[in-house]
Amino acid sequence: MAQVNYFLTEEQQMIVDLTRRIAVEKIIPVRAKLDETEEFPWEIMKDIARSDLFGLYIPEEYGGFAKGCFENCLAVEQLAYGCIAVTTTFAASALGGYPILLFGTDEQKARYLPDIASGKRLVAFGLTEANAGSDAAGIRTTAVEDGDHWVLNGTKQWITSGGEAEIYTIVAMTDKNKGARGATAYIVEKGDPGFGYGKKERKMGLNASSTRELIFNGCRIPKDRILGRKGQGFIIAMRTLDLARPGIGAIAVGLAQAALDEAVRYARQRIQFGQPIITFQALQHMLADMATKIEASRALVYSVARTIDEEGAKDVAKLSAMAKVFATDMAMQVTTDAVQVLGGYGYMKSYPVEKMMRDAKILQIYEGTNQIMRNIIGQALNKEYAKK
Amino acid sequence: MLKVDTEKCTGCGECEEVCAFEAICVEDDVAVVDQDACTLCGTCVDGCPEGALEFHNEEGLPATDLSSWRGIWAVAECRGGVLVPVTLELLAKSGRLADKLGTDVTAVLMGHDIESRAQELISHGADRVLIVDHPELATFIDEVYANILADLAWKERPEIILAGATAMGRSYIPRVATILKTGLTADCTGLDIRAEDRLLLQTRPAFGGNLLATIVCPRHRPQMATVRPNVMKADAPDPGRKGEVIRVVPEENLLGHRVRILESVKEHAEGPNLSEADVIVTAGRGFEQEKNVELARELADLLGGAVGATRAAVDAGWLSRRTQIGQTGVTVSPKLYMACGVSGAIQHIVGMQGSEIIVAINKDAGAPIFDVATYGLVGDVKEILPLLIQNIRKEQGL
Amino acid sequence: MNIVVCIKQVPDAKTVRFDTEKGTLVREGVEAVINPFDFHALEAGLQMRDTYGGKVTVLTMGPLQAENALREAVSLGADKGILLSDRAFAGADTLATTYTLAMAIKKLGPVDLVLCGKQAIDGDTAQVGPGLAVRLGLPHVTCVNALSVLDDGKTLHIMRINEDGYDILELEMPALLTVLASLNTPRLPSLKGKMRAGKADIPVWDAGELGAEPGRIGLAGSATRVISTSVPTFKARREILEGSAEEQVKALVFRFKEAGFLNA
Repeated sequence: MAQVNYFLTEEQQMIVDLTRRIAVEKIIPVRAKLDETEEFPWEIMKDIARSDLFGLYIPEEYGGFAKGCFENCLAVEQLAYGCIAVTTTFAASALGGYPILLFGTDEQKARYLPDIASGKRLVAFGLTEANAGSDAAGIRTTAVEDGDHWVLNGTKQWITSGGEAEIYTIVAMTDKNKGARGATAYIVEKGDPGFGYGKKERKMGLNASSTRELIFNGCRIPKDRILGRKGQGFIIAMRTLDLARPGIGAIAVGLAQAALDEAVRYARQRIQFGQPIITFQALQHMLADMATKIEASRALVYSVARTIDEEGAKDVAKLSAMAKVFATDMAMQVTTDAVQVLGGYGYMKSYPVEKMMRDAKILQIYEGTNQIMRNIIGQALNKEYAKK
Repeated sequence: MLKVDTEKCTGCGECEEVCAFEAICVEDDVAVVDQDACTLCGTCVDGCPEGALEFHNEEGLPATDLSSWRGIWAVAECRGGVLVPVTLELLAKSGRLADKLGTDVTAVLMGHDIESRAQELISHGADRVLIVDHPELATFIDEVYANILADLAWKERPEIILAGATAMGRSYIPRVATILKTGLTADCTGLDIRAEDRLLLQTRPAFGGNLLATIVCPRHRPQMATVRPNVMKADAPDPGRKGEVIRVVPEENLLGHRVRILESVKEHAEGPNLSEADVIVTAGRGFEQEKNVELARELADLLGGAVGATRAAVDAGWLSRRTQIGQTGVTVSPKLYMACGVSGAIQHIVGMQGSEIIVAINKDAGAPIFDVATYGLVGDVKEILPLLIQNIRKEQGL
Repeated sequence: MNIVVCIKQVPDAKTVRFDTEKGTLVREGVEAVINPFDFHALEAGLQMRDTYGGKVTVLTMGPLQAENALREAVSLGADKGILLSDRAFAGADTLATTYTLAMAIKKLGPVDLVLCGKQAIDGDTAQVGPGLAVRLGLPHVTCVNALSVLDDGKTLHIMRINEDGYDILELEMPALLTVLASLNTPRLPSLKGKMRAGKADIPVWDAGELGAEPGRIGLAGSATRVISTSVPTFKARREILEGSAEEQVKALVFRFKEAGFLNA
C-alpha cells in the first residue's frame, strides 16, 4: 500500500533508519522501567552519542554534520516513537546548544560545540521561572557586572536535564527598565560557584526526563560567558524557540504514530462479539481520523522545517508555531483515543498507551503553550493582512 | 577437467540439456566440452545415461582409489573419565551401518588414563578399539586431537568416520576433514547406506531445523559426519563381547600445539546438560520475576530434566546465557519440552521445534508457541506450575 | 593489529519460508541479513582495533548483493570490506568455502587475528572457522565467550564454553577464533559510519583475482553434495487443554503418565 513519499535524500533516510533502530532496540525495551523508576537515560544518551546524533545541527568544523531543522525533525520523530521523555532529553540539548551556535563567538563555539557534538556534555536551556512562563518578560533572575565577572541571582524552574547537563544557556535580567531589551543570555557551567539545583520534580509523565530548579545564589561567571550582546537575551530565546518548535511537532508525530500502531494492532486481534473490533465502524472511524491527522501533522511539520532550512529564511515564528500547535494538539487527541481503543487494557500499565497519553500532555505546554502559539499565529496574521 | 569417453557417448544431448554453463554440447553426434566454461560441477557426469563423462585430476584422491578405504570409525569422547552418551549412540549406529556394508566398527579414543574405557566401547559395539593414551591428551586441544586423528585416518584408511556433534567434536573434526581434504557433514540426525554404491547417506537439519538435507560425499574419503547427541539410540551393553584393543603411540611431532589450557571449570549444572536431557523446562518472559523461575527448577527436578531459558529470561538476568535455547544459543530435541511463559518467537522456535512432545503454557492464547505445541495450556505460569508440581508430586507418591 | 572478520549473508529467519511440497527454501521475497553470530565476531574485532590499534577488514564470499552486508559492516566501523564473488564460487560446501576464504586472506598479507561467528544460521555447520584455520596454518578456538589480550600485546586470553562449563586458555596470535553471541553486545552503526559506508569502495575479487584453482572452488571443489531436501512437518497436535487451571493440569499430568514421564 502506498505511503506518502516525502522524497528524502539518501542521507536523510540514513538518519531515519538509524534513529528508528535506536528507538526499537534501545528505547522501547526499557521505556516502561525508566518511566517507573524516573531514572535519567544515561545509557541511551551514550548510544545516541556513539551514533554521532548530537552533532546533527552542529557545523562540520566542530565535529557535526551541519544539518538543518528538517533532519533534526526526522531524528526526533523516530526517537519519539520509542519514548518522548528520552527524546526530550536529547532534543533539549539542541535547545540549549542552538543559542551558542547562533550567537556565540568563534572562541565560545570552539570551546563548547565539539563536546556538544560528541555528546560528551549535555546542554540545558534555562528561561522559565515561577513567575515567568508564558510571560517570559517577567523573569526576575538578575545578572550584574562585577569587575570581570557577572553575578547571577535567582531561580529557574522546571528546567529539562537540570542537574544532569553540564552546560546551561541562561537568560537573566540585566535592565528591568529596558523591557524587551532588558535581558541577556549567558553560558553557565556545572560547578560554577554559586550555581546549584533544587530537587527533582515528580511529574504526570515525561518521567525519564529530569526536571529541576536551577538556583543562582551569587553565581559568579567570567565575563566571556556572555552570549551575544547585552540586551539580546529575549531575541536569542525567541530565535532558538522558533528553530526548536518544529522539532516538538515532530516529537508529537512520532508519539502519535506509536500510539496509532498500538491501537491498530490491538483492534485487529481483540475479538468481541465474535469478530475483531477493528471491523466495527465506531473503531474504524476513530482509527481513520487518528491516522489522517498524524499524516497531516507530519506533512505540516516537514514542510515548515524545510522552509526554515531554506537560504535566508526569516520571520518563521508563525510557521514554527503552526507546526507545534497542530501536531501537539493532535498527539494529545490521538494518544487519548488510543487508550480508548484499547479499553480496559489501555488503562493498565502493562500496556504502553497509558504512558503515551500521560506523556503527550506536556507537548501542549512546554516550549510555549499552545495558547501562546495561537497568539503568535493570530498576531502574525494581523500583521500579514495589514499589507494586503 | 571433464573428459568424454567417445566410445560410450551416443550424442543423446542429456549433458547439453542439464549444463547450466553452456560448457558442453553435441557436435557431430558426440559431446564436446568447452573446458574454459566448464565449472566442474558434475551435473552432466551424474546425468549421463551411458556413463561417458568423467573427471580427471580433481582435488583429493583420484576416483579409482576409493575402494581401498574400508571400515567404519566411531570417534569416542570421554569427559571426566566417562564416555559421553553420544559415543554409545554412535557405536550402535555404526554397527548397523557396518552390517549393511559388510565391514567392521573401530572405536577411536584419545585422552589420558582412558585405557579402561576400551572394554566399554567393545561392549557397546566396537569390534576394534584404537586407544591413544598420552599425558599431552589429558586436556582437549584442537590441533593435537585433529593432527593425531588425521594421521591415523591417513594410515588406516577408514571409509567412514563418525563423531559426536559435541562442543569438542564440532570444533576439531572440521580440522580433520580439512587436513584430509574430504567432506564433512555436521550434526546429522540420520545416517544410512545407499546399497548400490556403498555411499553414506547423511541427513541433517539446516535453517534451524526447518529444512532437512540429505548429503553424500561421493568422490572423497573418508566420508565424515558428526552426529547430533540424543537422537540415535544406544544399544544395551553386552559385557561379554570380545574385541581387539590396539594401543597407538602418537608421534612426538603430532603433539605440538600452540594453545595452553590454564583451567577447566565444571559449572554446577542444574540437572543433566541441555544437549543430553530427555526433559527440558524452559522459562520465558511470562515468569515476570526472578523468584518465580524457582518453579521451573522445581518442575525440572521432579521430571529429572534440565532448565532452559529464552533470550528474554537471560537478558533479564534470571538464567545464565549457556541455558539459552534458540538461534544464537543451544539447539535441543528432548522427549519433552516445556515452554513456560514463552511467546514463541522464531529465533527461539528454531532451537526446540524438533522436540518430541512440546507443552506450551502461556496466558496469551494467540502466542505463536501454540502453533508448534503438542499440548497447550492457556493460563498464567505462576498459577499453573504450582498446580502441576503439586499434582506430579501426588502421582509420584511424594 | 591486522584483523580479518569473515561474515556471511543469510536469509532473515523472520521472512524465510519453506515449500513443503518441493522440500526446498522459497527464495523470493526473503531478506538477506548478516548472520547473527557474525555481528559479534565483528564487534570483537572492532573492540580489539579500538583498544590496540590496527585495521579491521571484513570478507564475505557470496553473490553481488552480499556487498550490502559489507557496507553494513563498514557502517559499524570496519575499515575495509572485500567481496569474493564469482559464479564459479557458487555451490561451495565448507571445504571449497574455506579454500576460497583462505586464498583471499593470504592475499591480504600477514594477519594477527581471524574472527568468525560460531556458525551460520542457514547451514548450521560451524565448520568454516576450524577448516579455515587449517588452511591458514593457524591454531583455533571455538565457542569463545570472553576474550582479552595480555600486556605483551600478542597473547590472547580466552574463555571457551562447553557442555559442562568452560576452559580458560591462552594462545599467541596469529590465531583464529569463532565466537558466541554471549561474547559482547554489538554496537549500533554511527551516522558517520553510514555515510562512510555509502561512499566506500568495496572491491570484488573473483577466482582469477585470487589465483584460485578451478577444481577447488564452488561446486567443483566441494567434496559433499546435497542429493535431496525436505521440509519436515513437526507433529504439532495443537491440542489446547480446556477448563480451569486445575482441570488443564490434571489433563496434562494424565498425558505425562501415559508417556512415562513420571517414572523419574
